[in-house]
Amino acid sequence: MTHPVMQEDTYTTPDGRKIGGVVMEMKNITLRFGGVTAIKDISFDIREGEVRAIIGPNGAGKSSMLNVINGFYHPQEGEVWFRGEKRGPMKPYQIARQGIARTFQNIALFKGMSTLDNIMTGRLIHMNTSIASQAFWKGPAESEEIANRERVEKIIDFLEIQTIRKTPVGSLPYGLQKRVELGRALASDPSLLLLDEPMAGMNVEEKEDMSRFILDVNDEFGTTIALIEHDMGVVMDISDRVVVMDYGAKIGDGTPDEVRKNEKVIAAYLGVAHD
Amino acid sequence: MIYREVGDFKTTYRADGQTFPIWFDRIRYYVVLLIAFCVVPFIINDYWLNAVLLPFLIYAIAAIGLNILTGYCGQVSLGTGGFMAVGAYSCYKLMTGFPDLNIMFCVLLSGVITALVGMLFGLPSLRIKGFYLAVATLAAQFFLVWLFNKVAWFYNYSASGQITAPERTIFGYRITGAETSAPVTYLFCLVLVVILAIVARNLTRGHLGRSWMAIRDMDIAAEIIGVNPLKAKLTAFGISSFYIGVAGALLFAVYLGAVEVGEVFGIQKSFLVLFMIIIGGLGSIFGSFAGAAFMVLLPVLLKNVLVGTLGWPTDIATHLEFAIVGALIIVFLILEPHGLAQLWRIIKEKLRLWPFPH
Amino acid sequence: MPAEFWYGVEVLLNGLMAGVMYSLVALGFVLIFKASGIFNYAQGVMALFAAQTLVGIQTGQIPFAHIINVVLGTDVHHFGWHVPALLGLVLALVVMIVFAILVEKLVLKHLVNQEPIILFMATIGLAYFMEGFGELMWGADVKRIEIGLPQGGNAWVEENTAFLGGEDFYGFYLDTLDIVATLIAVALVTSLVLFSQYTKTGRALRAVADDHQAALSVGISLRTIWVIVWSIAGFVALVAGVMWGAKSGVQFSLSLIALKALPVLMLGGFTSIPGAIIGGLIIGVGEKMFEFLIGAPFLGGATENWFAYMLALIFLIFRPQGLFGEKIIERV
Repeated sequence: MTHPVMQEDTYTTPDGRKIGGVVMEMKNITLRFGGVTAIKDISFDIREGEVRAIIGPNGAGKSSMLNVINGFYHPQEGEVWFRGEKRGPMKPYQIARQGIARTFQNIALFKGMSTLDNIMTGRLIHMNTSIASQAFWKGPAESEEIANRERVEKIIDFLEIQTIRKTPVGSLPYGLQKRVELGRALASDPSLLLLDEPMAGMNVEEKEDMSRFILDVNDEFGTTIALIEHDMGVVMDISDRVVVMDYGAKIGDGTPDEVRKNEKVIAAYLGVAHD
Repeated sequence: MIYREVGDFKTTYRADGQTFPIWFDRIRYYVVLLIAFCVVPFIINDYWLNAVLLPFLIYAIAAIGLNILTGYCGQVSLGTGGFMAVGAYSCYKLMTGFPDLNIMFCVLLSGVITALVGMLFGLPSLRIKGFYLAVATLAAQFFLVWLFNKVAWFYNYSASGQITAPERTIFGYRITGAETSAPVTYLFCLVLVVILAIVARNLTRGHLGRSWMAIRDMDIAAEIIGVNPLKAKLTAFGISSFYIGVAGALLFAVYLGAVEVGEVFGIQKSFLVLFMIIIGGLGSIFGSFAGAAFMVLLPVLLKNVLVGTLGWPTDIATHLEFAIVGALIIVFLILEPHGLAQLWRIIKEKLRLWPFPH
Repeated sequence: MPAEFWYGVEVLLNGLMAGVMYSLVALGFVLIFKASGIFNYAQGVMALFAAQTLVGIQTGQIPFAHIINVVLGTDVHHFGWHVPALLGLVLALVVMIVFAILVEKLVLKHLVNQEPIILFMATIGLAYFMEGFGELMWGADVKRIEIGLPQGGNAWVEENTAFLGGEDFYGFYLDTLDIVATLIAVALVTSLVLFSQYTKTGRALRAVADDHQAALSVGISLRTIWVIVWSIAGFVALVAGVMWGAKSGVQFSLSLIALKALPVLMLGGFTSIPGAIIGGLIIGVGEKMFEFLIGAPFLGGATENWFAYMLALIFLIFRPQGLFGEKIIERV
């Protein structure tokens, strides 16, 4: 599926992971809400297998960018290319079915359901027995349910949340809810995982756990990850390349080291007045 | 002491996913079915059938239907009465148009027709949400009642504007028409209720049910993880309307026998079924039964106590019923928004620990 | 101009006046919705209850007389006095304020932070309760309101418009009551708008409508505000109840006008006072004209039963935020 030309410029990270060609490319994206321009002419790419971070001050347009990637917002200008194909007008659920999953800045779990059921919803795109078959349960519906349950149990083991399997998610502490949400996204077996501030509001220990899970996901399943994060230490540690946004525009793009030295980035973060 | 899950370990996902995972619950479920099928038909009389059992069974179907839409999929509908009317009038047209068609098929086909109408009126739910949608379903309610009132074809041009169920039988037993026997109509409805309840349970525990609940709990997140909102909402509207249509058909053909649309299927009917699922419990099949039982029994009880025992006039009893039902709705919403079903769960939690609560 | 045209205009005028009445009921909804985010289904029953109370007080009915007689075996009906219209109105208003306080204390206080749909269903419960309670209190018979409102067609309008059409046209037939109701509704709406724009309480109301949390943080008491809006809504209900009651008698069907106000709100948007007024006018005119032009000649009539809902439904499919609502930007 990957674009043939892109295959060539693969590289290997210092820690030995192979990064492939471009999976997703954003070309000159501009997004407006009425008179407000949330994203101004931004282009960047995401490569197969990398951890790509998007950083920037509050209101820089980072979440809007994720919303563009998974089709919740439709940019007025620019193109989104996924796996070598230009994306036409698509609904978010169709994009999810292409293998793009995400978590949300403000947890968006299904409050009325248990941990298990929440993660099972991540499998919905892989479940398609007919209504008639489900109505009488025995047969294909039941075996489909069990097969998917087995996959979900692996994720539950991976995230170490076995004990809260049947707990309603509304009653879980914040950190665990974030973990369940990650579980739900993983359950769909995504090839590209979008994480919107996965560590917001966590203490140091929880952040370390979450970082470990993210790196493990990337490492073990080969999942490409694009994440938004405010904790610079974490971002610089776990990401391969970083996009920096400010006031809807891209002001930097490169490896953590390159970005750290970028003067525009320093200015944005130290609060030098805009002209 | 009996009610325990300890030691009842599940070794397969199949066993873990069953409807009644606890041994005692399973036994109780079979006992209830046994009594309903093998004991009740022999002790039933016309009073109990008409005052309590038939309306309970029929409204239980309607309540399950509305619960699928409102309790599981989160789309509030005030069009239940109108959809029940579709079921009733479809059944009437099928019965009179195809006299040889088995009444069971008539009832089920009425459900299918209602499902199609329900999906049509469910289309706006894609654009309209929350109580905007609730008000939009009022359009269905008023339009459908008006339609069945004004278009004479629906009531076969009868002078009274009423529809009357002709006599139909199954295996030689009269199901509809005059002089039906209590055990027969009871069993007819019971079979339908049991099958439809099991189907509803299966649908709600599978992936379809999860996509409904996902839409209910957070529609935007649901769409982003891959739920097609159109499909989820329309299946909910369709299946819900199927149940409601079947209930409407039964209410007309088996229970009342003759129906005038504005009287039987008015907006009050929509509220009645809505109250059943609020009091019974949103998002619970058991709650649908509990709510139906409650709303059927309450007026009977009030009437027996106030009119029968105390000798009050019936209009006072009726007004009192309104006030009590209204107050109960509020009390339930304040104390236990999940209704009787949740109370039952809490009792079971307590029983699990009894008699050593610590 | 042919006479048909002028009869069409008459329908239009009647529609406009019916629309004003719808607006009046819708206004009660908007007030409560803005201040508490509650979609108050009971607004219509409040109008019924207010009208029942007014009649009950005026004619000196003994509350719960029916039930007292049954329980105690007595035979009481009336106190035997007759209260003047103005005093009756004031007393009925006091009852509605007491009602507002009770609703706040017994219902709203316990449902803070619940989802809107739960609150909506609670108000359906409230409507049922009030309906039963009102009939227990004042009896279920159809009552007449007598506070000196004029009845019948307005001769002056009829005589002075007859020249418009030809031989077959006898002038516009308009109910005097409708004209009076329109004037009162206009006055009421104007004073409410002035109240919310220029008084301290009005500002607090708007602050609460904008953001509950923020309003709390600057020291506005949410509970007081709720009592105030429910009282105002009670007042609006009283006015609406009196107008509709005078027109068609105080009876159960009065509470159904609340349902008619729902499509009005859907058109106008739940939070907009001008929206409620214009929505009401559109529905009033729309349903009368539809019945006149299409319903009665081609569909067998009585299309007023559903026209408003269908109009709102179709309208909302194309513009879910209503006429005056802001475009909804969904966020995640």
